[in-house]
Amino acid sequence: MVTTEQKEMLSVKDLQIFFHTDEGVVRAVDGVTFEVAEGRTLGVVGESGCGKSTVGRALLQILDRNGRISGGEINWLRTTEEGEETINIAKQTRNSSIMRSIRGDDIALVFQEPMTSFSPVHTIGNQLMEMVRLHKDVSKAEAKQRAIELLEMVHIPNPEQRISEYSFQLSGGLRQRAMIAMALACEPKLLIADEPTTALDVTTQAQIIELLRELQEKNGMSIILITHNLGVVAEMADEVVVMYLGKAVESGTAEQVFHNPQHPYTQGLLRSIPSIYAKSEGKLPSIPGNIPHPFNRPSGCEFRPRCESFIEGVCDKNVPVFQNLNDTTQKVACFVHHPPQEA
Amino acid sequence: MAEITTAATKTKTILEVNNLVKYFPIQKGFLKRHVGDVRAVDDVSFSISTGETLALVGESGCGKTTTSRCILRAIEPTSGEVNFLTADDQTVDVITLGKEALRELRQDMQMIFQDPFSSLNPRMMLLDIVGEPLLVHGMKRRSDRADRVAELLRLVGLRPEYMRRFPHAFSGGERQRIGIARALALNPRLIVADEPVSALDVSVQAAVINLLEELQEQLGLTYLFVAHDLSVVRHIADRTAVMYVGKLVEIAPTEELFENPKHPYTAALLSAVPIPDPRFKASRIPLEGEVANPAAPPSGCYFHPRCPHANDQCAIDTPQLEEISPGHWVSCLRAKEIDLAGLQASHGMKK
Repeated sequence: MVTTEQKEMLSVKDLQIFFHTDEGVVRAVDGVTFEVAEGRTLGVVGESGCGKSTVGRALLQILDRNGRISGGEINWLRTTEEGEETINIAKQTRNSSIMRSIRGDDIALVFQEPMTSFSPVHTIGNQLMEMVRLHKDVSKAEAKQRAIELLEMVHIPNPEQRISEYSFQLSGGLRQRAMIAMALACEPKLLIADEPTTALDVTTQAQIIELLRELQEKNGMSIILITHNLGVVAEMADEVVVMYLGKAVESGTAEQVFHNPQHPYTQGLLRSIPSIYAKSEGKLPSIPGNIPHPFNRPSGCEFRPRCESFIEGVCDKNVPVFQNLNDTTQKVACFVHHPPQEA
Repeated sequence: MAEITTAATKTKTILEVNNLVKYFPIQKGFLKRHVGDVRAVDDVSFSISTGETLALVGESGCGKTTTSRCILRAIEPTSGEVNFLTADDQTVDVITLGKEALRELRQDMQMIFQDPFSSLNPRMMLLDIVGEPLLVHGMKRRSDRADRVAELLRLVGLRPEYMRRFPHAFSGGERQRIGIARALALNPRLIVADEPVSALDVSVQAAVINLLEELQEQLGLTYLFVAHDLSVVRHIADRTAVMYVGKLVEIAPTEELFENPKHPYTAALLSAVPIPDPRFKASRIPLEGEVANPAAPPSGCYFHPRCPHANDQCAIDTPQLEEISPGHWVSCLRAKEIDLAGLQASHGMKK
């Protein structure tokens, strides 16, 4: 899905992340493949429990202690003074010096809850300055100046005054802006935004989307947008990956995924959103059933109990492979398009 | 403003809210000095007809939840009237009812909560959760309750065998069905649903919306539907009321409100909704700044500091809700002069 003129910054291949819990192993992410090109936005969509946030955290090696990257590759193209090198983040340990310099400098994360992601006992300015001084060799005064610039960049009014305020003194929208300012402190090449607007009202959400777009245009950074809101994805993303139960089920350009969805799950998801344009008469089309429990996964294709295109003897026996659809850049994991090799 | 009624005036008005006010006092210091009020609900009036769905929309902190709770007297309102038409065609003012009478009346008005995870007691079986309202209202025999609970579970699309299970065994969508079954236990006529689908995933949300609509048809329910998701509102509501900082700014039949909004806030709210279509390019009405502080609202029209159409007069005069066309009420000084884009015009036609 990456055209030739754009540099591929990140390529994730068949990523697997397992969590070891007392009840057993949870396969939170079990086969996810995508690429992110320079200056592009990738939307990762899925419902709760599909592993989309886990992917975002794995990219920075900040999984919870019981989580392991058990397979696959996360190749990150790193630009240093010596030139470009590719680092497999999946092979790095959490505290390696490379990881610590990638975090913040190369890849930064905007968290879902602006409410809880700031320390309530340090001022916004102190937290921003800490970030700047960790990664850059600057004096306190310079760091403070940089912090003010950052707040200005995300359009927070009166940055000189806000810098000495605490996170609880800011409204939700301003706090999310401050969060973005912090993530951008070291001009990362890739910004991972994990549900950046979920806790916000629509009008504030529109402001934040606008801000992210503007910053991307200015800095040329890539964005991975993790969200369940298909509207936000349609508005921001160039490419889209749809996840279900830890697996990528469909990917392609936003145009392909929204206008020519091929996986029954993507189709169902798009259909089940009521339209704001016109009163839809009668029943809303919905996907039957519920998302299965992680310990109680169906055999074969995991979507099959809810799928309307279920093929007896095929979908319940084999696991579909995530592969290109004919000659296009669109990928899909479904037997409707790719019958099993030898059945 | 008691005369706000629907286009379909044939049906009876089941609920009439007149000048509802709820101020939360701000207290300071050891002596709890009263230093001000948060005007959560500030003179709100509307009515709902039998069998109708009225949606109450607005951003967080606009007072929509407080309004809905005042109607059920889950919160004591500061002043106002809530006239409810009982099953035997008598109108009672919910606000002035005594404790016993209120308990009786609550059989008729029930609530569905937003969060299906925190609104069900994890230590109670479904039988006890759904059966509790029955017990409170005098169904003492457990076997009777079990029969009724089985019936209710079937009604909301759950298997009656599940009644001896605990809530943790159910997914979000199923839990919301349990909450709905509990609300229906006493055959209410009015259901206040506070963001009933916003905690659910998209793929199960549609099924719960369908269920709510089926139940309405089957049981003749009236819904007060508090929501912030405007596409869900457009699907489910007959009429929609928009709130901003404790006040109703616009109320109209849903189609009319979405296609022909008369209040600049409504138009801005509609334009802010992201559309799941990458081909579509939004023409947003940008709103500057933040929602006004309900403890210290601005002078005149509360929306004027953010309003792209505001003039000097808007900072001085407080607008009143006025009927601009049949059934379409708006609270804006300039409603007649300004031309606002509805969804069709600003968004173009879809697909």
